[in-house]
Amino acid sequence: MSIYAVQFLIGLSDASVLFLTASGLSIIFGVSRIVNFSHGSFYMLGAYIGYSLIGDSDNPLIFWGGLFLAAVVTGLVGVLVEIVLLRRLYHVPELFQLIATFGVILVIQDLTFMIWGAEDLLGPRAPGLTGSIELLGALVPSYDIALIVLSPLVLVGIWLLFYKTRWGALVRAATEDREMVAALGVNQNLLFTGVFFLGCFLAGLGGAAQLPKGGANLLMDFGIIAEVFVVVVVGGMGSIWGAYIAAIIISELNAFGILFLPESSLVMMFLAMAVILIARPWGLFGKSESMEHKPPSEREDLTISGRKLPWNWGWLLLIAVLLVIPWFQIDFVMTLVIEMVLLSFFAATLHFIMGPGGMVSFGHALFFGGGSYAVALFVNYLQLPMSVLLIAGPAVTMVFALLVGWFCVRLSGVYFAMLTLAFAQLAWSVVFQWDSVTGGDDGIIGVWPTGPAEDKIVFYYLVITLTSLSLYVIRRVISSPFGFALRACRDSSLRSRAIGIDVRKIQWIAFTISGFMAGLAGSLYVYSKGSIFPTEMAIPRSFDALIMLLLGGVQSPVGPIIGGSVYTFLIDYITRFDYWRLLLGIMIMLLIVLFPRGISGIFSSGIIQRIKLLGQSE
Amino acid sequence: MLTVNKLNTFYGRAHILRDVSLDISKGEAVALLGRNGAGKSTTMKSIMGLLKPASGLVEFEGKTISGLKSYHISRLGIGYVPEERRVFAGLSVLENFAVGKQKPRQGGMEQTPENLFKLFPNLESMKDRPASQMSGGEQQMLTIARTLMGNPKLLLLDEPSEGLAPLIVEEMARTILQLKSTGITLILSEQNLRFANLIADKAYIIEKGEIRYKGTMDDLNNNAEVRDAYLTL
Repeated sequence: MSIYAVQFLIGLSDASVLFLTASGLSIIFGVSRIVNFSHGSFYMLGAYIGYSLIGDSDNPLIFWGGLFLAAVVTGLVGVLVEIVLLRRLYHVPELFQLIATFGVILVIQDLTFMIWGAEDLLGPRAPGLTGSIELLGALVPSYDIALIVLSPLVLVGIWLLFYKTRWGALVRAATEDREMVAALGVNQNLLFTGVFFLGCFLAGLGGAAQLPKGGANLLMDFGIIAEVFVVVVVGGMGSIWGAYIAAIIISELNAFGILFLPESSLVMMFLAMAVILIARPWGLFGKSESMEHKPPSEREDLTISGRKLPWNWGWLLLIAVLLVIPWFQIDFVMTLVIEMVLLSFFAATLHFIMGPGGMVSFGHALFFGGGSYAVALFVNYLQLPMSVLLIAGPAVTMVFALLVGWFCVRLSGVYFAMLTLAFAQLAWSVVFQWDSVTGGDDGIIGVWPTGPAEDKIVFYYLVITLTSLSLYVIRRVISSPFGFALRACRDSSLRSRAIGIDVRKIQWIAFTISGFMAGLAGSLYVYSKGSIFPTEMAIPRSFDALIMLLLGGVQSPVGPIIGGSVYTFLIDYITRFDYWRLLLGIMIMLLIVLFPRGISGIFSSGIIQRIKLLGQSE
Repeated sequence: MLTVNKLNTFYGRAHILRDVSLDISKGEAVALLGRNGAGKSTTMKSIMGLLKPASGLVEFEGKTISGLKSYHISRLGIGYVPEERRVFAGLSVLENFAVGKQKPRQGGMEQTPENLFKLFPNLESMKDRPASQMSGGEQQMLTIARTLMGNPKLLLLDEPSEGLAPLIVEEMARTILQLKSTGITLILSEQNLRFANLIADKAYIIEKGEIRYKGTMDDLNNNAEVRDAYLTL
């Protein structure tokens, strides 16, 4: 009996840390509508700053004061980020906000590495709370008890702030109707900066408070972000009570999962989330998105009509150049081009559901990596030939997409994105934890092309052919009646339903097509590399595709190709530097602030649009 | 007090306001009349800085306000009551007041909830109730009261009578008249000539984004031609 009690209490103390961090994310989203992907980085920063402030002092005042000060400093860093970066992005599409915060992750990661080094740091012990307390016949570390007490205190504190002060009333009003708050004379900039401070303060407090349990290391940012997202989505975006309840549910699941099914602990969390979201699509305490007052957004349409666009010549030229490259027989150029082509292909499959479909997925690497893993596993266990696997690999991811899509199309917007992220993390954790089958962290090696494609030049042409064919198919689908229906669902699901379109079905089909195609890209990719590791399925891989779209511009059908090529080339070059993450992060931020329409957007909607308008007015 | 000079506003590429000019003196109550979609709300939002005019100038008490942010314009003393109510549904009456509250301007008076409850007696009994649980008329009263918490010198009222039951409309007119008697300057957008007649001294008629008529209410009432051309009765 006592072991259960201990696990229960440890679960509660984990829940405290999770709640502190998640409530910060929830508050920031509730008011600013920005999904702060870098929230985990502030959590990490809180831990490192707390480590430096507290040192090895055994003075309780320095310890607790240090925790508080670490949170304040983290909050101030958040204020800096808000003023320099996010303030310029409140009116841009959410994808850009998201990628900008991804840039923040990269910058904080490298800065932390520069300041504190790569080694894991052992956290200080809380003075006076180093022992254990006997509870229900079991020994529980006293610091865990302290954490369990801390989070309800913070919860009450936040509640008082929100419901008993004028500032709180302003924040809640801004959550409902920002424009109206401004028209009543409230300076939103100050309000948002304050909210961002509070959110990052809480993340920093969470990071610092877990120091005696977990110390500080460079993996903390991505380590907690998935869990925090799950908590916020399960609890309901913007709901503090929801975050508290959800943090407890998730942490207890983890605590008992480890007891009964050690290998499934990660899986449990995502399963719970999927189940809860199916029953309550907006989380336990969340409000349906359609109930919220949204400022009218202008959305440029993807005009892919039957008209002949100058791009058609561009396509032909591009293919011609690609076909000529092998004649020069420079091996590394071919390798690089293959990688560029396949990642552009991957980005194009994401563009298909995101651009015309309006479904922003944070977890598209599930299908890319899934295709790779399917092929690798078939090769490893059944030694099937490449010709079979180029069909079997995508077929497997298509089945995945059918399953995942069935759940995801029930949601929209941020919730859709979060659920895709959760499924991708679920698949990643299965691959990562199921050592005996997938090789875990060591991946699977020795996956090379068979048959004629053993020759690199043949394989090269195969990649070019299959990719161009697939992209052509995607373009045809977009400009078909199905594509129009898909865009109608994106622009207004209500009106689409009213004219008899089965919105979910259309979106489900599009999602499945995209999953199949991404699987094909992944299947080819594993053959080009000869090996596969779990990173191909992890969050950064999903973000690669999003960044490629950002670079290329979401509004343009050639966006993924331009973005994919430029990004792959850039990464190939930039990773030679020591602090390439810092560099990349800064580049991403600059790009978003300066060119919110991406590289191809500079041309298509900037200059060309203006020329067209001039032509019309004459 | 407020001068609007040749305002042009676009929604995307649609040209909504075309050279709209208004001139409002202190203490006046002016009706901005026009059919649905004529540009009444767009004019108000453009004055308020909620929409950015492409060209034109708005001056308030001799100071150029076009191009300023909404909150700044509001703090100079222009109160805005939007159409469709837009109360903060999750906030109580008193909390809605708190959001609208502003420091009194130099030499100005300071509005208090107690004073507002005299003007809007219905609100007092439900001061702790969330706005989402109030009737349409009560919500409309709340949006006006909320704006008054900012001590405005000029009040923009965007179709305050829209969608209210006839009895409530009369009550609304009485309340606005009471407001007018305190000396506050009013711009009232309306489709309904009868309601405007109860309150306004002067009228502008806007049609397809252009000002088509300007005169006193009495002149307008005697001018059947203009009324028939631009207003639905």
